[in-house]
Amino acid sequence: MMSETASLALIEDYPQAKANLPGYGVDWCRTFRDQAFSQFSASGFPSPREEEWRYTNVSAIEKKRFHWATAEKPIDTAWLQSLFLDDCWTVVLIDGVFSSDYSRLSGLPDGVVVASVAETLQSNPDALKDYLGQAVSDKEHNFIAFNSAWFRDGVFIRVEAGVCLEQPIQIVHVTTQAETLSCTRQIIALQEAAIAEIIETYAGQECAYLTTSVNEVFLADKAQLGASKVQQEAEQAWHFGGWYVKQSTQAQFTHHHFAFGGLLTRTDIHCDLETAAECELNGLFLGLKCQHQDSHTRIVHQKPDAISREQYKGVLNQRARGVFQGRVIVAQDAQRTDSQMNNQNLLLSEHAEIDTKPQLEIYADDVKCAHGVTVGQLDENSVFYCQSRGLDEESARNMLTFAFANQMVKKIERKALHDQVLSLLLQRFPQQGVDSSWL
Amino acid sequence: MLSIENLHANAGEKPILKGLNLQINPGEVHAIMGPNGAGKSTLSHVLSGKDGYTVTEGKVTFCGKDLLDMAPEIRAREGIFLAFQYPVEIPGVSNIYFLKAALNAMRKHRGLDEVDAMDFLTLVKDKVKLLKMDEKFLYRAINEGFSGGEKKRNEILQAMILEPKLCILDETDSGLDIDALKIVAEGINAMRSAERSFLMITHYQRLLDYVKPDFVHVLADGKIVKTGGPELAKELEESGYSFLEQQVA
Repeated sequence: MMSETASLALIEDYPQAKANLPGYGVDWCRTFRDQAFSQFSASGFPSPREEEWRYTNVSAIEKKRFHWATAEKPIDTAWLQSLFLDDCWTVVLIDGVFSSDYSRLSGLPDGVVVASVAETLQSNPDALKDYLGQAVSDKEHNFIAFNSAWFRDGVFIRVEAGVCLEQPIQIVHVTTQAETLSCTRQIIALQEAAIAEIIETYAGQECAYLTTSVNEVFLADKAQLGASKVQQEAEQAWHFGGWYVKQSTQAQFTHHHFAFGGLLTRTDIHCDLETAAECELNGLFLGLKCQHQDSHTRIVHQKPDAISREQYKGVLNQRARGVFQGRVIVAQDAQRTDSQMNNQNLLLSEHAEIDTKPQLEIYADDVKCAHGVTVGQLDENSVFYCQSRGLDEESARNMLTFAFANQMVKKIERKALHDQVLSLLLQRFPQQGVDSSWL
Repeated sequence: MLSIENLHANAGEKPILKGLNLQINPGEVHAIMGPNGAGKSTLSHVLSGKDGYTVTEGKVTFCGKDLLDMAPEIRAREGIFLAFQYPVEIPGVSNIYFLKAALNAMRKHRGLDEVDAMDFLTLVKDKVKLLKMDEKFLYRAINEGFSGGEKKRNEILQAMILEPKLCILDETDSGLDIDALKIVAEGINAMRSAERSFLMITHYQRLLDYVKPDFVHVLADGKIVKTGGPELAKELEESGYSFLEQQVA
């Protein structure tokens, strides 16, 4: 009998499927998965009744019948390789499964592990024991519990103390089959003073599918991680991804997030800052047609002297909807916290919508915290300035819209990534009158 | 070139220009001075077509065409350039991109092909040198983080590239130190020609020490109340605008 909802189907499926899930044979991992499963089976996917899901209704997922990708379909290699960035180590996950055939990992320096999570849970499960479920709790919301119960694979990256990776590691997540589900867990651990850069790319061939991915990140004292997420999922895709980052003393984390694709997407980024840790979160979300782009960030200043900077921009056109929830929590102990958060949104159509909610919760008394939000149209004085230089009004507006978004792209330091994101921006958001050759 | 007859204009609901007459011939440099609130900036905005003003009476022709009928970009393409008092910052687009887009819009209007990339770079770098600007400015976002002097120099750079027939300088001297003022003035002087005219709107005489006007007009309460040569500016500098009150009395 066909189950009523997608989550019920998954719940019914678990007892038969669980034995084949990676790590299920390992006691601690089995307990971890079973607990997650029991939480998920109690209430299914998050509901808009939950405060953190008020603006993002995922109930339509329940009407879908996503299944696990089975036999590997021949992959469109040219398309896959078009996603690769030059001068990177590349890890490829196809339909949620680590592909050693397409990954390019030769020449990694000593002290660096880049491996399949499924494979690691088989060969050396204890390498993950101190990490799995330690940067984020299933209690956060049920996509996490869902991920914990069902993840099929993922990437494990560990960089030993003092090692500096000279090239970024690009993790390319692709979905190739319609109506499939991919569920991955990444564990990223940088030991003391290690330095690395990770670029995540999410893409799919034109079909409807569901991606859920959870990244747990552990930065030891003085470690530095630069991270980027380029979400260019297919038009009908659902995407739920998260970065959960634990930053020890003086650890630094920078994240650039580009939410361009998908039908309904949400990305959560949580940073937990200890003494003098620094985090910088930059984001750009674009919405066209009926896209729904949700960005949820939470920065917790646990200890004194940490710095956080956050800037998110949204551009929404047609019937698109954007959500930004940015929460900064300053614990009682976190004196001399320095935090700035900013969210600016452009609404280009009367049917577009943005729900933006900055939240500051401050329990310490000596802090410097600022936040600002704007929602609006283009600055008319700027439009006139362009016209007074001979640009017609439409070109002026297009150029200014592009400029608004491009400010976030310009923050990318790595040229290959910058150029790729810029071309995606121009492609996803073509602006007549913007000539890419001179940017 | 520019002929303003009996121009009346409101900013919002408020009448600001109240019967202004002005004739500018090719090659002439006119300065308009006057107290705050006289309508100096309104005049520059009405001529360049900024929103928020209504012309209630009078007419303005530019090279024989009705200027007030044209959209702002058409005025620009026909050869009117307004150097802004407060140039706008546009983060996210580089100066050089903007210059090229603007120049090509002008060229298209004149039936010319897009500018050749190499020729364009040579042209721009030449002007940048003349204005003693760092070439790096070209690759920075439009006016973003520029000092007051840098912004004003950038306005003159745009004018030099776009080669207008009439250049309206709205308080281009405000906020400039003496060195920057000299550089800006040199730029303006370099642009002077028998075909190009200037309308300089200014509060102070000091720009006029470096860019010598052919005519100085005093604008008060929306009208030109006095016209003279460069010596009028000196007089105003010494005795201020108090004569206006005596006239009214």
